[in-house]
Amino acid sequence: MYFLHKRCYRNAVKPVCEQKSLLPLNIQPQTEKCSFPVFFLFLVVEQVKHTPTCVLPLRCRKENLENIPALAENPIKNQIIEAFFDKRNQHGNEVGSFQEIGFEQFVMVMSHFRPPNLKTTKEEKQEMRKEKLRFLFNMHDTDGDGIITLQEYRKVVEELLSNSGAMDQDAAHEIADAAMLEVASTNVPQMSPEDHYEGITFQHFEQILKDLEMETRMFIRFLDVDTTTMHCGKATS
Amino acid sequence: MDTMDFSFTRQAAAFLIVCSCLCVSAEVSTPAGVTLLPPVQPENGPQSYPNAKKSNLPVFTINYSRIQIPFEITLWMLLASFAKVGFHVYHKITIWVPESCLLISIGLIVGGIMYSVHEEPPAVLSNSVFFLYILPPMISIFSSGLLLKCIKTSSSPFSVQVFWFAVVGTLWNSIGIGISLFGICQIEAFGVQDINLQENLLFASIISAVDPVAVLTVFEDVSVNEQLYIVVFGECLFNDAVTVVLYNMFSFVAEMPVVEPVDVFLGMARFLVVGLGGMGFGILFGFVASFTTRFTSKVREIEPLFIFMYSYLAYLVAELFAISSIMAIVCCALTMKYYVEENVSQRSCTTIRHVVKMLSSISETVIFFFLGVVTITTEHEWNWGYLLFTLLFAFIWRSLGVLVLIPIINPFRTIPLNLKDQFGLAYGGLRGAISFALAFTLPESIVRKHLFVTATIAVILFTVFLQGISIRPLIELINVRRTNRKEDLINVEIHRRMMEHTMTGIEDICGQWSHFYWKDKFMKFNNRFLRRILIRDSRPESGIVALYKKLELQNAMEILDSVSGDISSAPAIVSLHEEKKGSAKPMKKFLAKDLNNMHNILSKNMYSIRQRTVAYTNKHALPNESQNREILIRRHSSIRRSFRPGSFQSTVPKSQKYFSLPPGQSLGSKFPSARQSYADDHEATSEVGYPLRLPQSNHPRCSTSGAVMPLHRLNTLNEFPSVEVLNEKSPSHSASQDSSLPDCHFSTNNNSSADDLRNEEGEEQRPLPPSPALVAEPRNNTHGNPLLRRPQWNQKK
Repeated sequence: MYFLHKRCYRNAVKPVCEQKSLLPLNIQPQTEKCSFPVFFLFLVVEQVKHTPTCVLPLRCRKENLENIPALAENPIKNQIIEAFFDKRNQHGNEVGSFQEIGFEQFVMVMSHFRPPNLKTTKEEKQEMRKEKLRFLFNMHDTDGDGIITLQEYRKVVEELLSNSGAMDQDAAHEIADAAMLEVASTNVPQMSPEDHYEGITFQHFEQILKDLEMETRMFIRFLDVDTTTMHCGKATS
Repeated sequence: MDTMDFSFTRQAAAFLIVCSCLCVSAEVSTPAGVTLLPPVQPENGPQSYPNAKKSNLPVFTINYSRIQIPFEITLWMLLASFAKVGFHVYHKITIWVPESCLLISIGLIVGGIMYSVHEEPPAVLSNSVFFLYILPPMISIFSSGLLLKCIKTSSSPFSVQVFWFAVVGTLWNSIGIGISLFGICQIEAFGVQDINLQENLLFASIISAVDPVAVLTVFEDVSVNEQLYIVVFGECLFNDAVTVVLYNMFSFVAEMPVVEPVDVFLGMARFLVVGLGGMGFGILFGFVASFTTRFTSKVREIEPLFIFMYSYLAYLVAELFAISSIMAIVCCALTMKYYVEENVSQRSCTTIRHVVKMLSSISETVIFFFLGVVTITTEHEWNWGYLLFTLLFAFIWRSLGVLVLIPIINPFRTIPLNLKDQFGLAYGGLRGAISFALAFTLPESIVRKHLFVTATIAVILFTVFLQGISIRPLIELINVRRTNRKEDLINVEIHRRMMEHTMTGIEDICGQWSHFYWKDKFMKFNNRFLRRILIRDSRPESGIVALYKKLELQNAMEILDSVSGDISSAPAIVSLHEEKKGSAKPMKKFLAKDLNNMHNILSKNMYSIRQRTVAYTNKHALPNESQNREILIRRHSSIRRSFRPGSFQSTVPKSQKYFSLPPGQSLGSKFPSARQSYADDHEATSEVGYPLRLPQSNHPRCSTSGAVMPLHRLNTLNEFPSVEVLNEKSPSHSASQDSSLPDCHFSTNNNSSADDLRNEEGEEQRPLPPSPALVAEPRNNTHGNPLLRRPQWNQKK
């Protein structure tokens, strides 16, 4: 279930409803006064969709996400945005990426971040954990071959470190290498000299992060819930 | 279970007797001097002077009254510390019996002796002494490191829930116990109708202070899950503050003849003012201290002094305004911890840590010891009904509190606390030093003071002995969720970072801001303003880099540790290791002058290996990559072994086959078990793996290297002892180590240690590949110079 901020609703839904011509279009997350979060816009449009005048669904492109100002300082901005357009994150078996996504796809991606509740069983928790790990893995594995190669890993580490300015590239590489070595030595102990470690597969990825607690980290809980004003027709679990 | 307990208690009893003998002897030797003299002096003090009336100059005078108070205090501390040393002679006893139990027992014995000679305990514990001198160090231990560790390891919303349980839980306990005791007082049969509601509440607030130390040690040892640990910890931390606030409030109220409803609201308002005001002062002083240390780089000697003085100042100022001084000192310590550590030198950091630890353990020891003594010597007012009901209510209200309050916060928790956790929480409510001290310093105007003291002591003894001893078996029995908190893997750190960024990013996209958002905002603010103002060299350092550096330095330090014969650095390092055992993961601190050495060693050992791993993770396979890995792992294991040279001897028979395995698991926390298991696997498989692989390899160099492989292990194994010897000989050499390695090594290999020989024997017993050439070659090489290989590899590369 997804909910909206009441104030945002008042400020945004009304204007949207009033100018119905706005709809078939690429959304503009930035207007002059306030920047609408994408998710929010999606919801607004989904709501409005059920009114007879507008039927066209809203689509969202990469540029739309890139324009979000709050995201600008995020070091792994690109990976995050890619993740939304990645078909692997749609709980299907498809590979590749979308040009533009609709609400359904968006919700699918968001579903990775369900918080567990009291009723979730152990198996479900395991499953959720795996999903989250898979999501992370996909963020690393940019070319989609199921292996995180050293280059990919290095790139991520570099980006992660790019915030701290003074770091040079070598240090980032070293860290990535050390991390890679760690994975290799943990997972493939009996490696013969001729082999080389291709990269981290998902099994290895799971293995290396098995001690990391995901439950408290990878979830989004929506504050400011207001069930009366807003709930979305697309209520998935 | 029972029989085990029983046999154990017998053991404990036997030990206690020994201990008490020790202590009695100490008692005889030390306070005897005191006990004989005091009766003479308080009144006759001046009269020890009459010698002076005689005209000639006194050659020898005794002026005991002048030094009496500090002298006695010192002796008491010394005695208590001796007792503490005594427990650790046989360390198993402290695992099963909390230290507080032992201290109280010793105190009881000493008290018995004092009682039999009709001696009064010294007035160490008066109201102002306790609040001004004993409480601050006792508090400071918690803030010194534990809390920050907790915050670091969990990103879950920490404070709210902890506050909830600490504040509301303590209020719940105090009010619940107070009111039910008041109800009991109305029953005429007990004869305590004269205790009014205020006094009951005051008493209840005293006995609702939970003593964390015993419980936390147990929790840490059995490594219960983080959530439970944090809740208990936070409870202990803030509960003291709340208790003291309540105590002050109620002791004020208890003296008022009539309580009007307005006073209740005023009391609540005051409660808030006291708590928040304390926090504010603490943070303020923390900032000031951080700002000060920015400029102390030239006067390193007084850095620790600043830290202590500022925290104490925060405490005193808070006392001045009669707001929560405990909150003040805790917040001050937290703020300082965050910023000061980067300003002060490593040496100062170590000093601070040690002093804080020392102070807190001393005051804790003294209090428990004193509790034992007072239990015997003070006059008691026994009232069985009141006493038993106090015990009962203390237990019931705590359990109820947990059962009622936890379900309320559970929906807000990411990981709810289950029933087992709740049991641990309820059962962990040991009462301790603070309760006792508060009861003992009750104003005399309270009529039933003696009854309160007696009841408090009863509650403390009951909880500390019964619950404290049984909590560990119980927790192990019901199998409370455990956690393994070893997150030293670089990968884990990277991915944790990654997750944080991802979550922030996704929240940005969604336009939903929860705590990730606020965390992010705070970090930005922190980096942009606070750090720039407060920290001298304020480059924001990423956690990953920090961890990487830490790991490398740790490795280097271990090498250095096993290497250095440097006397000046040795004690500090040794004590740090002990500290490491105690508190799970303190940052390693180094003496500044050793850093250079470390870096040198690092660049010789670690760096080159890592560089080569780049190659092997690339598509171009490096033929002898396993050697590199071997070195890395071998080095770890040999370091680990050299950590505990004593234990090595005994474990040799077992580890003949897996000769590189660490002798004990105790250091496992440093090197994540993944690596250990790797070494294990590797050893196990290599016996089969290498011979099998041999025929397959058509690469010429590979076949030879494959043959040499088992012996490389041998070499790398030798590598460490030899470096050790080398460095012992010439610590200053480490810079030029690489060049001098070959020659030096010849010399060292001749007088190679017994460990090495043993190892080689163990190695030779291994089922090596049957080929005679293979067997012969290792021999050659062991006789030859193992370390020579390293330069060779470099050339190959």
